[in-house]
Amino acid sequence: MTAPQDAALASRPAALRAAPVPTNTDRFYPLRRTMEALCAPVAAMLLAAAAFSLFLLVLGKAPADFFDLVWRGAFGSWFSLQNTLQRASPLLLTALCAALPAQLGLVVIGGEGAVVLGGLAATVAALLSAGAPPLVVQVAMALAGAGVGAVWMGLTGLLRAKRGINETIVSLLLAYIGLALFNHLVEGPLRDPASLNKPSTYGIGEANMLGPLPGTDLHPGLAIGAVACVLCWVLISKTSIGFAARITGGNLRAAQLQGLPVARLIVLACALGGAFAGLAGMIEVAAVHGRANASLAAGYGYTGILIAFLARHNPLAIMPMAVLLGGIGAAGGLLQRRMGLPDATVMVLQGMIFVSILTSETLYGRIKWFQPRDTRR
Amino acid sequence: MPQRHTGPSRRRVLQGLGVGATGLILGSGLGAQPALAKDLTVGFIYVGPKDDYGYNQAHAEAAAALKKLPGVKIVEEEKVPETDDVQKTMESMIELDGASLLFPTSFGYFDPYMLREAAKYKNVQFRHCGGLWSKDKNPMNAGSYFGYIGMAQYLNGIVAGHTSKTKKIGFIAAKPIPQVLINVNSFLLGARSVDPTITATVIFTGDWSMPVKEAEATNGLADQGIDVVTCHVDGPKVVVETAERRGIYTCGYHANQAPLAPKGYLTGAEWNWATVYRKFIDEAQKGEPLPNFVRGGLAEGFVKMSAYGPAVSDAARGHADAVKAEIMKGGFAVFKGPLKDNKGNQVIAVGQAYPETAIEIESMNYLVEGVNGSIG
Repeated sequence: MTAPQDAALASRPAALRAAPVPTNTDRFYPLRRTMEALCAPVAAMLLAAAAFSLFLLVLGKAPADFFDLVWRGAFGSWFSLQNTLQRASPLLLTALCAALPAQLGLVVIGGEGAVVLGGLAATVAALLSAGAPPLVVQVAMALAGAGVGAVWMGLTGLLRAKRGINETIVSLLLAYIGLALFNHLVEGPLRDPASLNKPSTYGIGEANMLGPLPGTDLHPGLAIGAVACVLCWVLISKTSIGFAARITGGNLRAAQLQGLPVARLIVLACALGGAFAGLAGMIEVAAVHGRANASLAAGYGYTGILIAFLARHNPLAIMPMAVLLGGIGAAGGLLQRRMGLPDATVMVLQGMIFVSILTSETLYGRIKWFQPRDTRR
Repeated sequence: MPQRHTGPSRRRVLQGLGVGATGLILGSGLGAQPALAKDLTVGFIYVGPKDDYGYNQAHAEAAAALKKLPGVKIVEEEKVPETDDVQKTMESMIELDGASLLFPTSFGYFDPYMLREAAKYKNVQFRHCGGLWSKDKNPMNAGSYFGYIGMAQYLNGIVAGHTSKTKKIGFIAAKPIPQVLINVNSFLLGARSVDPTITATVIFTGDWSMPVKEAEATNGLADQGIDVVTCHVDGPKVVVETAERRGIYTCGYHANQAPLAPKGYLTGAEWNWATVYRKFIDEAQKGEPLPNFVRGGLAEGFVKMSAYGPAVSDAARGHADAVKAEIMKGGFAVFKGPLKDNKGNQVIAVGQAYPETAIEIESMNYLVEGVNGSIG
C-alpha cells in the first residue's frame, strides 16, 4: 500500500473501539464490560421510546396503545413471534456483510448487490442442475450464491486494498451496477417468456425448495443465519485472523508494523461478508420466491447495514438487533390497521432507535462504574 | 361431621332464573329484528403509499368508499413488499383481524405468495388485481379482477393529439411489459387518429417507483419539444408536477392528478375499483359464491376518465366524447390491421381487429410505428 491511502485508512474512526487495557487486579472487569455493552443500548432504546412517545402524543395517539400493539404484533403470540423471526431471517446474513469488513474499520454498504446477484446465481445453478437430487441442487445453489456474492464484494475489498478507493462508495456503486445487471438478465436473457407482466426467470421447481423448520412455518434461513453469526463471532474473537483484523481496525500502522497482511485481510473480510449476503439471496430464492425476479431486491441488503451498526458490528449482537427490527416490521402492519398510523411511523421509530444507539456509543468508557479499577490499594 | 349445605341456595336459584329469563327476552328480541347483512372484514394490501396519486391511491380511494357500507369493516396495510412479508400480512389480517375477504392489490403478490395463503386458508376468499387466475391451475377460493385501461389511454391520446402543437407527445413508462406496451401504443394510436403525423417518444425508467428518473425523463421529453406527456408508473405525481413546472400538458393515469397540475392537466385514465369491490362485497354479504374472474372496461365502470381540464378545446372534447360513446357500445378495436411495429414488421394483418377483450393483445411485445423507443 502507498502512503496516502494508509493515511486515509488510519485517519478514519475505528468502528470497533479498542477496549481499555484491563488491569489484571480487577477480576470483575469482564463482567463490568459486558454490563456496559448491555446497559448502553438498553438506555438508548428507552430514550428512543420516550422520544417516540412524545411524537405520538403530538399526533394525538396514546403511546401505551402503541407499545401494547408492538408487543402483540411482534412477540405476544406464537403467530406474531414467527412473523418477527421470519422478517429477521434474511437480515442476520446481510448484517454480517457490513459487520465483517467493519472489523477492519471499513464501512461497506453495498450488500444489496450481492444479495440479488447471489440469488440470481443460485437460480441459474438450480436451472443448470435440474434433474439432480434436491440436496445436490440446493448445495449447488448455496455454493453459487455465496460464491458470486463473495466475488462481488471481494471486488470492493480489492479496489480498497490495491487502489485505495473508498470502499463505501465502491460498494454502493457496485450495488447499483449489480441491480442493473440483475434486471437486465431477468428481463432479458434469463427471462421465462411466460412471465409476461412480472419478468422472472424460470422456477427452480417445487421439489428443490427449502421446506420450513419442523414445527414452524419459518424457513431454514433463520437457523443458517444464527449459525453464521455464531461462527463469525468465533472467527473474530477466538482466531488469530480475527485478532489480526481487529488490530488492523484499531490501528492500521500498528498492524502494518507487525507485518500483518492488511490487504489480504481487507479482501477476505469483504469477500466473506459478500458470501453471506449472496447466501441470503440464495435462501430467498430457495425458500421464498422459487425464482429470481424483482422481489429479490426488497432492501434486505440495506437494512442489514442498519442492524450491523445497531449491533456495534458484534455478530452475536446482530441476532437480537435483527429480531428487534423484524419485530418492528411485524408490528408495523398491526399499527397501520389498528391505530390508523401510516407506514412511515415505523420508519420514524427505527430512525429514533438508530440515532440514539449510535449516540450511545459516546457513553462507552465514560461511566466510571463500568471501568476497570485498581484494587491493589 | 358438621352438616354442610352443598346444593345451590334458594337465593342463587332465583338469581339464576332472573338472569336466564332476561337473557331469553333479550335473545328473542334480537332474533325478532330483521337479519342484518352479514358482518364482513375485508383486507386491502397495497405495495406503495396510499396517497401516491397513483396505483395505490386508486385502490385506497375505493376502499375508503366501502367503509360507509353497513356491516363492512375495512383493514388496510400500505407499503407491503412483494416477498414473504405479504404472506405474513395476509395471515395477520386473517388471524388477528378476522378478515374473510382479502384484496392483495399489487400484481406481484399473486404467485407464489397469495396462492400459498389461499391453499392454507381455504375458508378465506382471495381476489387479486391483475387477471392472472386460471381455473385449471389455481384454487377456487382465489380469483382475479382487472380493467381494460388501454381504452382510456386511447382517449387520452385523442385529447393529446388535439392539444399538441409540436405534434410530439411523450410517455414515461416503468417496464416494457405487455400491460405497459398496450398503454403506450394506445396513447399514440389515439393521437394518430387525430393527426397521423404525430409521434410519441417513450422512456422506460426500469422500475415502478423511480421518482428521480421520472423527473429526469419528463425534463428530457420537454427539452425535445414534446408538449403532452402521460405515464405508466406507480405514482404519476412526479411526472405531472414536473410537466406542470415545465409548462407542458399532461394526461393522468391510475388516479386523478388534476390538483397537481391545474393548468396543464388535460384528462386522465383512472381506475374505478369501487365498482368491482362493491360487487364482490355485496355477494360475500349475501353468502353467494364470489366470481373468480372479473374484467371490465369503461362500459362496465371498471375504468373512468378524469374531468377535462381548462386547456382542452371543444373539438377535442367532442371527438373524445364521441369515441367514448362508441367504446361504451362494446367491440371497439384500437388494435386493427394493417399495423406495423416501429421496426417495420407487420404485427397485425389486414382485416384483423382486436378489441380490448382479445387475448392476443395481452402478450403484446412491440411498440407500434410512430413510437420512438426500444423495448430490447
